[in-house]
Amino acid sequence: MPEGEVVGLVGESGCGKTTAARALTGVVPANARIAGGRVTFGGRDLLAFGAKDWDGVRWRQIAFIPQSAMNSLDPVYRVGTQIREVLRHRGGLGRGESDRRVDELFSMVGIAPERQQDYPHQFSGGMRQRAAIALALALNPRLVIADEPVTALDVIVQRQVLDTFRDLQVRLGLSAILVTHDISVVAYACDRVVVMYAGKVVEAGPVRAVLEAPSHPYTMGLYNAFPDLGRASGTLVPIEGNPPDLRDPPKGCRFAPRCPFAVAKCREAQPPTVTVAPGHTAACWRLDEAPQLRQLAREEQTWLRSSTSAA
Amino acid sequence: MASLLDVRGLTKHFPVSRTLREVARGERPVVRAVEDVTFAMDQGESVGILGESGCGKTTTGRLLLKLVEASEGTITLDGYDVRALKGPDLKRFRRHAQLVFQNPFDALNPRFTLRRSIAEPLLNAGVPKGEWDDRIAAVLKRVHLSGVSDLMEKFPHQLSGGQLQRVVLARALILEPTFIVADEPVSMLDVSVRAGILNVMREVRETMGLTAIYISHDLALVRYVAPRTIVMYLGKIVEDGPTDAVISRPLHPYARALVAAVPVPRVDQDRGALPITGMIPDARNPPSGCRFRDRCPYAVARCAEEVPALRELAPGHRAACHLL
Repeated sequence: MPEGEVVGLVGESGCGKTTAARALTGVVPANARIAGGRVTFGGRDLLAFGAKDWDGVRWRQIAFIPQSAMNSLDPVYRVGTQIREVLRHRGGLGRGESDRRVDELFSMVGIAPERQQDYPHQFSGGMRQRAAIALALALNPRLVIADEPVTALDVIVQRQVLDTFRDLQVRLGLSAILVTHDISVVAYACDRVVVMYAGKVVEAGPVRAVLEAPSHPYTMGLYNAFPDLGRASGTLVPIEGNPPDLRDPPKGCRFAPRCPFAVAKCREAQPPTVTVAPGHTAACWRLDEAPQLRQLAREEQTWLRSSTSAA
Repeated sequence: MASLLDVRGLTKHFPVSRTLREVARGERPVVRAVEDVTFAMDQGESVGILGESGCGKTTTGRLLLKLVEASEGTITLDGYDVRALKGPDLKRFRRHAQLVFQNPFDALNPRFTLRRSIAEPLLNAGVPKGEWDDRIAAVLKRVHLSGVSDLMEKFPHQLSGGQLQRVVLARALILEPTFIVADEPVSMLDVSVRAGILNVMREVRETMGLTAIYISHDLALVRYVAPRTIVMYLGKIVEDGPTDAVISRPLHPYARALVAAVPVPRVDQDRGALPITGMIPDARNPPSGCRFRDRCPYAVARCAEEVPALRELAPGHRAACHLL
């Protein structure tokens, strides 16, 4: 992930996007372990970190905004007090400094600084989400990871929150990972996108390249299934079937059981991740035929299988 | 042609808890959830009700089905005076008018097999048991679930969201209603399965000749299932017209902002500021006159003084704004 960019981590529920994002902060459920791989942040291997090392990184360098962050503010404390607590105890700021910083954080995310005297219930959903962003930004992190930051919000508010992210990126050079199921959030606010399916990354690259010339059939299908007001006809084409059971994932490509282009090889071996253009990778056995597959993927007929099969 | 559904002056105020001062003064504050909503629908028509959270769209849907009692106004559905229904008439009405729930993950009793959930309405309506199997088989076919073996003996947790929503739909359709209200029918589902559910709903509506109301916050989805859209803001209808016209030529300033805010999955798009400021005001004390005026970039003095009427500005396209 390049510094100063906004990266979208996109996929459907159960694809592992939240687990992957949480693992970046070293926070995984008690029954999970990080079984392999490497995470390097600013040249340091995060997975080798002990509890003490993490203390210096979490919130100070990498801040995580969980999915229901807007509901995670404590209802009995004023919003400003909750941010001040982080600044004083975690950031070691003095009283005067932390007051100034709270004012600054509030205006940064577009809330009038007077509102820090309010309790969370006096805030609208969009304001609470912005307060959660302010909380994450409190200690000037280099990277913010936000899990579904706009999912529960109405479209107008959603737009305002995404504009806050874009604005912070421009003004502070903030790097952010937005975890989302919504391609239009990625299209609006991200520079790069990583597409996950059933626990694996199937495609990654610059947003324009991935959305306009997808190389993986899952990305192609996801795009078709997505409503677009600007598209002339109103047809939405579902991807038939369901994601695989990850207790027993398919031997080959995990998308093969739902892929209209799957061939025998796809069911037998996992496709390697291949660079298709600078900064653009995909994992599919039929990447060489991607232009033809894109053509076919635009036709509704391609995605229709026996109409009795249940999605 | 006579309308199937005729709604006039529909209003719903919910009482809210009072402060000591309000008790002392004898005031009874209310949330004005739905205010003076008037529209009609023809047999077989399908209409989307669009709006943000708190705009009254869900309450409107529930009022139409008599799941919530109206404060004022009239609702006539297929000749029934909905507000006056009781006893056997209400029971008959319930067979004709059904709700499709928003969240399939908690719309089904987790301890019932799917057969029992789907058959529950048959039991309530007193359909003879001998007919159940045929009715269930027919409705499963309609929602494209008949290919799945022993599905009916399963429990909700064994199904995917898409399958569950089909079961919820099947349950709503099993009494062969003539009118359905679907409240955010796909908002809990993943994108790749949403399209499948919407396709089924569209097909069912056409083959059964249903009159349907789709309640959603998502204009892209409304467009997919409803040729006509009603836009609500803070309890009132601000615009009502052909969906394509609402998308391409929205009249009301709020509808314009809403259409501009709809996210699109394209890299090249307008990222300019929306023609709207602030946020939705408190429904206990809505602004005087036009409820949108304090967020409207075009508001003039008259907007604070007079409630704008919903006027027909183009054939079949109404909007409530003084400036149009």
